[in-house]
Amino acid sequence: MTNPISDIEGADFILAIGTNTTETHPIIGLKVKKAVRHGATLVVVDPRETEVARLAHRHLRLRPGTDIALLNALAHVIIEEGLYNREFVESRTEGFEDLKEVVARYTPEYAAEITGIDAATIREVARGYAKAQNATILYTMGVTQHICGTHNVFAIANLAMLCGHIGKPYSGVNPLRGQNNVQGACDMGALPNVLTGYQSVVSEEVRRKFAVAWGVEALPEKPGLTVGEMIEAAGRGEIRAMYIMGENPVLSDPDAEHVVHALEKLDFLVVQDIFLTETARLADVVLPAASFAEKDGTFTNTERRVQRVRKAIEPVGQAKPDWEIICLVATAMGYPMSYGSPAEIMAEIARLTPSYGGISYERLEKGSLVWPCPAPDHPGTPRLHVEKFARGLGKFHPVEYVPPHEQPDAEYPLVLNTGRRLHHYHTGTMTMRTGALEKHYNQEYLEINPADAARLGIADGERVRVVSRRGQVEVTARVTEVVPPGMVFTSFHFPEVAINKLTNPVRDPVAKIPELKVCAVRVEKIA
Amino acid sequence: MAEVTLTIDGRQVTVPAGSTILEAARAAGVFIPTLCHDPELSLWGGCRLCVVEVPGMRNLPAACVTPAAEGMVVYTASPAVIEARKTILQLLLANHPMDCLTCGRNGDCRLQDYAYMYGVRQAGFAGERHQYPLEEDNPFIVRDLNKCILCGKCVRACAEIQGNYVVDFAYRGFNTKIAPAMDTTLAGSNCVFCGNCVAVCPVGALQEKHLRSAVRTWEVKKVRTVCPYCGTGCTIELNVKDGRVVGVTSTDGEVNGRALCAKGRFGYGFIHHPERLTRPLIKKNGVFEEATWEEAVSLVAEKLAAVKREYGPDAVGVLASARCTNEENYLLSKFARAVLGTNNIDHCARL
Repeated sequence: MTNPISDIEGADFILAIGTNTTETHPIIGLKVKKAVRHGATLVVVDPRETEVARLAHRHLRLRPGTDIALLNALAHVIIEEGLYNREFVESRTEGFEDLKEVVARYTPEYAAEITGIDAATIREVARGYAKAQNATILYTMGVTQHICGTHNVFAIANLAMLCGHIGKPYSGVNPLRGQNNVQGACDMGALPNVLTGYQSVVSEEVRRKFAVAWGVEALPEKPGLTVGEMIEAAGRGEIRAMYIMGENPVLSDPDAEHVVHALEKLDFLVVQDIFLTETARLADVVLPAASFAEKDGTFTNTERRVQRVRKAIEPVGQAKPDWEIICLVATAMGYPMSYGSPAEIMAEIARLTPSYGGISYERLEKGSLVWPCPAPDHPGTPRLHVEKFARGLGKFHPVEYVPPHEQPDAEYPLVLNTGRRLHHYHTGTMTMRTGALEKHYNQEYLEINPADAARLGIADGERVRVVSRRGQVEVTARVTEVVPPGMVFTSFHFPEVAINKLTNPVRDPVAKIPELKVCAVRVEKIA
Repeated sequence: MAEVTLTIDGRQVTVPAGSTILEAARAAGVFIPTLCHDPELSLWGGCRLCVVEVPGMRNLPAACVTPAAEGMVVYTASPAVIEARKTILQLLLANHPMDCLTCGRNGDCRLQDYAYMYGVRQAGFAGERHQYPLEEDNPFIVRDLNKCILCGKCVRACAEIQGNYVVDFAYRGFNTKIAPAMDTTLAGSNCVFCGNCVAVCPVGALQEKHLRSAVRTWEVKKVRTVCPYCGTGCTIELNVKDGRVVGVTSTDGEVNGRALCAKGRFGYGFIHHPERLTRPLIKKNGVFEEATWEEAVSLVAEKLAAVKREYGPDAVGVLASARCTNEENYLLSKFARAVLGTNNIDHCARL
């Protein structure tokens, strides 16, 4: 997020795109609700009629994967009607003419054909966003899990820069990240192309700095493979061994059956986790890890806030914290690795990472810190891009609409969308074992529109089979107008409804994110 | 900003204009008991326990809703005030189960605290008592309306913190109770079980189901940490007894205040689930067998080294975790790059 979560409450216009906020980020949802109670205008862009969509002043039920057409049309109206922030565009950005040229084609009427949202509504929302004193944009995987995910984000950033709704309070471009430490895992260089703080592996200087600190002669310079690419490489026999810590790709990754085949093909698989997950079952060695309650450390939240995780109990059985296990394995491989505590590891991270340079356990005891926090006396940076963008001038990246990779056809006439439920989390490893959440929400459903259900002769509560080109699952139908005609939806929480057997692994070429939000399926009634 | 100066129990206090007497008293460090007041919720003035004496005023005003005025003189513990508070407590206790011995909130109950503070041992009034059935038809919250003092904090928390308006006052007079629409149970309503009402309940009417039946309030050690679910980063307190996490409570989190969702507040059961992995496992002939750490670690080291030797470092792939700490992700990146010699490291950021 460019802005802190608390800024949402102060916005007078909220554009929430592809985010089921009140279910997937309930506490951020509270801020949205509060802003609305205080008079903010809420516009929700989502094919589904989620709880937050029902709270919205305008709910734009766009056709899945048509975000760029909509966002470009909003920019079109804002430029055409002279509503953009001239001063901001002139002093803080570059490439405005390029944007103007590309969005010129995206008249609201043209976008209406693509998105299914009428032109008048597009105009109204564009004016509302542009004229607001402080407008914020919230988005999640509904924006990013598309083959054009990166371009979707560019289109959002274009809009924010066009109106100067960035670099100031109560505004910004705000991705709400889905996992407790997904921000931190990225910050720490658990990515194939960067080391900590997004320092590129391609830079010789960076590699030299880390090689010296880590006491090795050299570090690999070729960027590595992303999750999906690793799985494919394993399937081709190019990756021969994998070390998986706290991940369950068998349920979380698209085209699950292919994932299982690929992992089975490995010469060696080690999985480190707190439960024998669907992925761990395929392993040669399983290492028992400590849960979050059993170790010290830090998590970095979606607003870049680094907070202390504190050990409350001893690890269960012989489980060990992941950091200790990594040290054992590294040492056994001839690279002695030992730390007295996670505080020592953080000190090493701070030495190597400019944006974490001022972060220490000593400071975190007094309260959290928001990076960039480059020095021990730096207060942290809750708002990014104030007065100046990280790269100097903010660059408009004009982008064109491309349709989703897989379109419905005669054989697979419906679009499958996937996501989360309020009472569950990801692959269910934790929430199915709480003694409470899984009792309350104990069965997964496939949401299907009454029109489609009637056509297929499916009644609410009946069992159906959902089939894509890659796989099939059986699930109970919930006939509801939450989904529009032509779309079905379910979550990936329940192992018995392993919906990622069906999803499309085709990826965005830049971010390598799979198009989990759109794939073509058919639904059959189980006789 | 305009200020007013008043005298509370003989002490001069200067506060911003618009402050209540309660806020002024708290600023001056003067204690006034409250049941229905909460700084985060709208003002209610319903329980009257915070009454004070202000010479010149006709009655004893409730400090939580009475604005402090310039030159005002306030007595917070005069005989009239004490008598009024005792009477209020006696009236509340006249229709409150005296089962503190087994109540889950024993030791953390405002009614109990104030009864102790003001020496109210008996109800002092005899009359009808509610006989509501205990509501425990959901896995999260136990609702005992017999213990409800109708302070309305849960109503305001649901509306003003959670924004869901699930419960409100229903019926009238003695029959007044807090209820969802159509007087169903919470399970029968559109309650999402965030438990934010439980967090503000001053008595035992709303209790966390498992936590309050597992431990007594003074037995737990509370450990401040961060919720392990979504990326919001809410602060939670793990309630620990005898080396076990027995519950989660909310506190003054930097991101979330006291608010949590159902997962954050009630999703801790996995920590001690019997299926937790407690020993390293090595698969032999397709079946997992328990192993020592030494065996498992040396096998991992040997196999990874063998693949690296035979096929090169890029034949190994590493998945880090958005669920693990920064320190652990850093170390796994270091392990992949410095020990294995590959940049094949990623995690489920895209999923």
